[in-house]
Amino acid sequence: MTETSERDVKLTCRHVWKVYGPQADGFFTDRDGDVPDPRGLVDRVRESGHIGAACDVSFDVHVGEIFIIMGLSGSGKSTIVRCLSRLVEPTAGEVILDGEDLLRVGKDQLIDIRRHKMGMVFQNFGLLPHLSVLENVAFPLQVQGVDKPTRVARAMEMIELVGLGGRETSYPRQLSGGQQQRVGIARSLAVEPGLWFLDEPFSALDPLIRRQMQDEFMRLQQLLHKTIVFITHDFLEALRLADRIAIMKDGRIVQIGTPAEVVMQPADDYVEEFTQDVPRVKVITAGDIMRPAGNGLDASAAVPAGATLERLMPRFGDGLGAVAVTNDSGTVVGEVTPQAVLAALASEHDEGSAP
Amino acid sequence: MTDAVRDRAGSPLGGPVAERLPPRLLCWFAFAVFAVLCLALRGDEKWLVGYPRGWEIPLIDWLEAAMDWFTAHFKPVFRFISDVLEWPMKGLLGVLHWLPWPATIGIVAVVAYAAKGWRLAGFCTAALLYMVIVGYWEESMSTLALVGMSVPLSLLIGMTLGLLGFQSRWARRVIEPMLDVMQTVPTFAYLVPILILFGIGPVVGMVASAIYASPPVVRNVMLGLGRVPDNVIESGQMSGCNGFQLLFLVRIPAATHTIMIGVNQTIMAALSMVIIAAIIGGFADIGWEVLSTMRKAQTGQSLLAGLVIVLLAMMMDRISRGFAERTGEIHLARTGHVLNRHPYLSAMVAATGIGIVLAAVFPAFERYPEAWVYYPAEDLNEAVGWFTRNFFETTDAIKTYTLYFFMLPMKAGLERIARPTSWGFEFKEAADAIYYWALAIGVGGLVALFANWRGVVTYGLLAVLFFYGASGTPWPVFIAAVTLIAFQVGGWKVALFAFLGMAFILTTGAWSRAMLSFYLTATSVIVCFVVGGSIGVWAAQNDRVSAIVRPINDTLQTMPLFVFLIPVIMVFLVGDFSALLAIIMYSIVPAIRYTEHGLRHVDPVAVEAARMMGCTERQVLWRVKLPLAIPEIMLGLNQVVMFALAMLVIAALVGTKGLGQWVYDALTNARFGQGVIAGGSMALIAMIADRIIQAWASQKKRDLGLAA
Repeated sequence: MTETSERDVKLTCRHVWKVYGPQADGFFTDRDGDVPDPRGLVDRVRESGHIGAACDVSFDVHVGEIFIIMGLSGSGKSTIVRCLSRLVEPTAGEVILDGEDLLRVGKDQLIDIRRHKMGMVFQNFGLLPHLSVLENVAFPLQVQGVDKPTRVARAMEMIELVGLGGRETSYPRQLSGGQQQRVGIARSLAVEPGLWFLDEPFSALDPLIRRQMQDEFMRLQQLLHKTIVFITHDFLEALRLADRIAIMKDGRIVQIGTPAEVVMQPADDYVEEFTQDVPRVKVITAGDIMRPAGNGLDASAAVPAGATLERLMPRFGDGLGAVAVTNDSGTVVGEVTPQAVLAALASEHDEGSAP
Repeated sequence: MTDAVRDRAGSPLGGPVAERLPPRLLCWFAFAVFAVLCLALRGDEKWLVGYPRGWEIPLIDWLEAAMDWFTAHFKPVFRFISDVLEWPMKGLLGVLHWLPWPATIGIVAVVAYAAKGWRLAGFCTAALLYMVIVGYWEESMSTLALVGMSVPLSLLIGMTLGLLGFQSRWARRVIEPMLDVMQTVPTFAYLVPILILFGIGPVVGMVASAIYASPPVVRNVMLGLGRVPDNVIESGQMSGCNGFQLLFLVRIPAATHTIMIGVNQTIMAALSMVIIAAIIGGFADIGWEVLSTMRKAQTGQSLLAGLVIVLLAMMMDRISRGFAERTGEIHLARTGHVLNRHPYLSAMVAATGIGIVLAAVFPAFERYPEAWVYYPAEDLNEAVGWFTRNFFETTDAIKTYTLYFFMLPMKAGLERIARPTSWGFEFKEAADAIYYWALAIGVGGLVALFANWRGVVTYGLLAVLFFYGASGTPWPVFIAAVTLIAFQVGGWKVALFAFLGMAFILTTGAWSRAMLSFYLTATSVIVCFVVGGSIGVWAAQNDRVSAIVRPINDTLQTMPLFVFLIPVIMVFLVGDFSALLAIIMYSIVPAIRYTEHGLRHVDPVAVEAARMMGCTERQVLWRVKLPLAIPEIMLGLNQVVMFALAMLVIAALVGTKGLGQWVYDALTNARFGQGVIAGGSMALIAMIADRIIQAWASQKKRDLGLAA
């Protein structure tokens, strides 16, 4: 576990269900979705011809964390992010944002929460075709009644932030896909939301542009430290960006963990399928496989806990028996041995290799 | 024929069902027995052909009584509305008549420039100058005023209903079938109740156009708002829009393009109806000018006036379409001086000012002098006279052959039409029919060799229709045939609808007229389909043909229906043949368009695959493109039927008989009940045809795996 888990919880999703069908509500006696036998209920839902788009989904998202929900199409990941923002009304469950259950608030209050606490980026950008870049970015401020000079200034600031300065009078259809998504990002950030939803933000882009946008996203996050729920179907993207990943299948979460945990200890065959082609040297970090530091370590050759094995391994070329690992403040917190590296890179069946 | 069917249909596919006949075909055997029985008995049982008066439901009288009661109680309300609407109407009319013509031309030119650029501005200027020079300025402005009043009214109705239909599922359930009915009820039928309620005057035309022209906006508002992508809506929601903001700041602006296309259609429909409403009279607009000169057989005059309508239609269409296409374009925020911020408005004000000043200085600019009017009606009359005199033999031959060998048999049956002078033989007694049927069965055998059982059934039905005619076919046979077809293509719901619809037409006493309308519609649809389909195929294969055909189609489609009558009666005088030509001119357009579109949009992979297998171009067309384009072509056929029925009513003006003439008669005599029955019957025919063809097209689509 990385240190994010010790931070405060921003958003909690507890026993959330979304069932489609004529008698969806009939499956729940309580609105909190905490049923005694969730698996049995999933089966009953399916047998009665209903569709369980999200089934008993629970997780916490911590302040400043990038929480990625990964799943293939039809796994329920888009449904769940829409339940969190109530674009889709969950059938049962609780969504607690800053200690308040979103599913119990009234319509006006929900609009107020969306206006001030949430931002969302959409897969196909969701830009308003009749508005210019500037007007699109200023739109969330306009609907909440912010006066024009303020909202223009704020929107310009956001446009500069995402690197679109000079394009503010353009219209969406004059922009490339990557540029359009930058507008979408700027718009979602215009209200300075504490919680940022990104629904497959880069899936509609070319691979090269996608890569650039991921870097851009990481740069923004280092500046802004938002709490992020990020949806993707791309496992590698999830590994690259996530603090923690939740993997969904058929409406259920099958595993939650850090990228290294998911790669090294897949919860089942389904998750393991994804990990097959993952270049582990790029995912597993020194912090993931370190053991308590022994004596006589050469602190000058230390690596930070976040360093990937790819960066770590050249150190062993000097014949070192172990490499020191330091935390953010430079204190040595452990060591990594070549054996530990080999074990981590070895066959996925060797479950005992990781600490 | 039946033997041939059995031989062929016995092994439609080979395989396990080879020994059995398809149950659908068995239905047709039962039908054949029933039809033969009816046809054999019709000599003795007269009721089989002419539905007896005594069996009719006096629905017309009931409707009349209801309307009488209604007018007795509510007429003042409508007269009040009429008076209220008359004021803005008179105001606009006054302004348009007062404005010096250079000012009006200037304003229109600026609007046209704003919509599409210099070329359209030039076209509009030339068109308006034509109206000035020919001396139809006043009439044209009256028409413009009527359209100018009814379009905003129509948009108001359309937007309101569209929003309502979009917001509430319940409202949509009421509105959608209402729109279906509104678009199939013939134009004249609208006028009957409005005439009775509002009285004679320009307001009738205005109200009628406002109602008649609203469906496209209603439809496009519902369609456009519903089609806004989910992620755009969601982004609006996540931006914190409330319901009101979501509708007016997100949905409506994002749907503007679709809505504007509806507005364009509404404007064209309003113009069309305004012209048609001239038939009520009482208002000196250009429609009245065409109608009255046409009635007096003043060919040249009606041509000159008709051209004004054509030009007005083209102007309105191009301008509104120009604006529709420009929605969503870039409007850079203009800043600075007022002239810079509102260039078009400034130009319009300038044009008005210059026009008024010019008019004050030179009277000719205020009112175009009579002496300068160039009105070449007599020259045109002479030219037309020369043409008809010199080509009389040709035109008369075309007319006679079409009438005797195609139209009249379809109308009254070969049985009664065949004369030694035209066909070279006649059916003196019942037994003579055996020759016809021997030949028909022989040909049927040939058909069976090349087609499946459906082709044979179609051929058989046509053979019966050709021999007995639309008016000689016993009604039980006709109803049974249509119901059976409806059942086989669309299931019991479509069949029930068709059956009840026809039962309504039959029992309210409209059957014989409906059959006359059916004959004229069927003949024109057949011609449209054959000729239009061929042109469509040609245009699909040849880009140059396509480039020539497209603008002609566009123009034909924007013409108010009236206009089509002028050239045909010029050459062929009044009668069924002229009606046929007028209907074809108007309704051939979808046959061409849909065929071309269908063929051009066949999955290119299938075409490539066929080419790679070594198909010749001809084989690609006949074996790949046409079969795959059939669903699209069927939709074109559906449109052809709808257009033909719409034109049928107008064709009543050139002396056809049938429902159209009955509606027209109801209008001229202000007979509400008759108008409802006649209009309703036409709407029912249209809807039955629509349901059957749509069901057939979607069945084809499913069979081809093209369904979405």
